[in-house]
Amino acid sequence: MGAGRGKPRALPTRPQYRASAEGGSGADPGGEAGPAWSGVGGAGDVSRPRVSGRRTGACGLLPLPPTTAPNGSSGPSHSVEWEGRSLLKALIKKAALGGEQVHILGCEVSEEEFRAGFDSSINSRLVYYDLFRDPLNWAQTGEALPGGPLGALQAMCKRTDPGPVTVALDSLSWLLLRLPCAALCQALCAMSRQHACRGGGPAAEQLCVLGLLHRELHGPGPTGALSSLAQTEVTLGGTAGQASAHILCRRPRQRPPLETLWFSVLPDLSLDLQGGPPLESQPHPDPHTPQVEPASHLTFNLHLSKREREAKDSLTLPFQFSSEKQQALLRPGPGPATSRIFYEPDAFDDLDPEDPDGDLDV
Amino acid sequence: MFPELNNLLNTTPDRAEQGKLTLLCDANTDGSFLVHHFLSFYLKANCKVCFVALIQSFSHYNIVGQKLGVSLTVARECGQLVFLEGLKSSVDVFFRAQAEPHPLQFLREANAENLQPLYEFVREALKPVDDGEAAWRCPVLLVDDLSVLLSLGMGAVAVLDFIHYCRATVCWERKGNIVALVHDSGDTEDEENNILLNGLSHQSHLILRAEGLPTGFCRDVHGQLRILWRTPSQPTTQRDRSLTYQYKIQDRSVSFFAKGMSPAVL
Repeated sequence: MGAGRGKPRALPTRPQYRASAEGGSGADPGGEAGPAWSGVGGAGDVSRPRVSGRRTGACGLLPLPPTTAPNGSSGPSHSVEWEGRSLLKALIKKAALGGEQVHILGCEVSEEEFRAGFDSSINSRLVYYDLFRDPLNWAQTGEALPGGPLGALQAMCKRTDPGPVTVALDSLSWLLLRLPCAALCQALCAMSRQHACRGGGPAAEQLCVLGLLHRELHGPGPTGALSSLAQTEVTLGGTAGQASAHILCRRPRQRPPLETLWFSVLPDLSLDLQGGPPLESQPHPDPHTPQVEPASHLTFNLHLSKREREAKDSLTLPFQFSSEKQQALLRPGPGPATSRIFYEPDAFDDLDPEDPDGDLDV
Repeated sequence: MFPELNNLLNTTPDRAEQGKLTLLCDANTDGSFLVHHFLSFYLKANCKVCFVALIQSFSHYNIVGQKLGVSLTVARECGQLVFLEGLKSSVDVFFRAQAEPHPLQFLREANAENLQPLYEFVREALKPVDDGEAAWRCPVLLVDDLSVLLSLGMGAVAVLDFIHYCRATVCWERKGNIVALVHDSGDTEDEENNILLNGLSHQSHLILRAEGLPTGFCRDVHGQLRILWRTPSQPTTQRDRSLTYQYKIQDRSVSFFAKGMSPAVL
C-alpha cells in the first residue's frame, strides 16, 4: 500500500490474504498456517501454545461480559458526521472502572487530547503507547517506538500482564492504511494467543480488543476481514441529532444478533443508553423544512364553490360526442335541409342578373 | 479576509483559535477564495504563516491579498510569511546538486515514498524564534493544495503522513493551526483522492466545503458553502454542528446568504 511513482492512482481493494506471502511481517514465530477466519484447523487443546488455526482463540478478541451495555465490541465504525472516538473513550472508562488493565495504542490524536475527559484515577490506569508524535521515525531522536506501527502493535502484545485486559486501538484505520491487511489481522490474532499463553484462563474471558474504524476509508475487502475477526461490530449513525449504534453480534449467546440503540456520551465520558428505536423504518421528516401549503397566499382564487362545481360537472363540451348527439345527427331534423342566406342590397350595389361564370367553358 | 465569513465562523483575527486543523474542500467549483480568506485572516491576526503554494504564483496571491488588505511582499520581507512558490521552485529542483535537500525533492526521485523533505521545510519555517521577543502569535501552515501532490505521483498515505507530522508539530507541539485545500472531484473511482479527503475529514476540527449549484452556473449565486464543526475527541450529545449558505464572489468581498435568499431573487 505504499506510494510509488508510475503506479496508477488506485488502491488495490483486495488485500492479500495469504499469511506466508507477506515476507516475514507475520507476527507468529511458529509459522502456523491459515488465517483464523478461514476456519481451517481443529479445535485443539486450549492450554497448548502451538495450535494451528484455533478459531475460538483468534476470534476471542471480543468477549461479551453479561451487562446490558454494548461492551466488548470490536469496532465502533463511524463516519465523519458521527464520530466514534468518544464512544471508544466511554468504553475504555467502563473497562478501567471495572478494574481491568487498559492499553491504548494512540495513532491519530495526541496523548493529551486522548486523555482529556478522563479523571486522574482513570488516567493512572491507562497505559498509553504514543504513535502520534513520531510514528515513522522521521525525527530520528530515538524516542519513536521501535519497529514502526507493526512493531508497536507487537510490543503491546508482549507487555500485557495476565488478567483481564482491554486493548484499544485508535485507530484501526490508521494502521490499516500503513500496514498490509493480513499483517494487521495476524497481529490481532497473535495478540489473543499470546495473552492466553501468559494467563491461566481461556482467552475469550481475558482479552478485549476495541478498534476504531473509519468506514469510508477502506474498501469492502479490508473491512470484511476485520469484521470477520470481530465478535461484535458497532456502526454509528444517527438521525435528527441523536446518535445511534447499530450492533451486529456474531456470537449471539446472551444478546440478540442485531440490535440498534440510541445512545449519547456524556461530558464525563459515561455512556447513556436510551433503548432501541422502533423508528428505523420510518424516515423522520426533516424538522428544518416545514410543510408548505402551495395554494395559500395567492392573489387569485384557485378554489370552486359548490354551485360552481355542480355547474362545471353538468356542462357538456361542444365536441363531446355523446349518444344523444349522434342520434340527433343521424335523424333528419324537422327544419330545412339547406341553409338560407338573406341579403338586403343597399344603394351602391350593382345587381347583375347574369351569371358571372357564364363565359366559362365548364 | 471576508468579514461575512468571519461572522459565519464566529471568529475574528483577535480571537483566532489555536491547535486546529481546518479542511477546505471544493466540489464542482473553485474554492480558492477560501484560501485567500484564511491567508489574509492569519496575516491580519499577526500569526507567522508558512504558505506552501503549489498552484499559483506569488504575484497572484499578492494581487488578491492586496484587494483584501494585506501585502504579501511586506509580510515576506519582515519575516511573517514564508512562501514556498511551487511553480518556481519545482524547476530549481532539477538545477541543484542532488545532495542538497529541497522541499519538492520528490519530483526528482523515482521512488519518493514520503514527503519528509517538505515536512522538514515546514518545521524549519515555523520554528519559534528564540530572540526573546514573541513577535508572532502562533504558527500557521497553509497548503494550496494537497490534491496536486497526488497528481505529482505521491500516494494518499504519503500525503496523510505529511499532514500527520505537520499536525504533530504545528498543531500539537507549537499550538498553531493548519489550513489545507483538497479538491473533491466527485469521482468515486479516484480512490486515492477519496482516501485523502476522508482521512483528513476525520482529523479536522472545521470543514468548509464549497460546492457548485447542482443546477449549474448562475450569475448571481456562485455556489454553496457547507460548514461543519467537528470535535474529533470530545463527546457531544448531538451531531456536530453544520450550516449551509450560498455565496456570491465579488471583486473585493464575498457575500453570503441563506439558501434561496439571494438578493437577485428576492
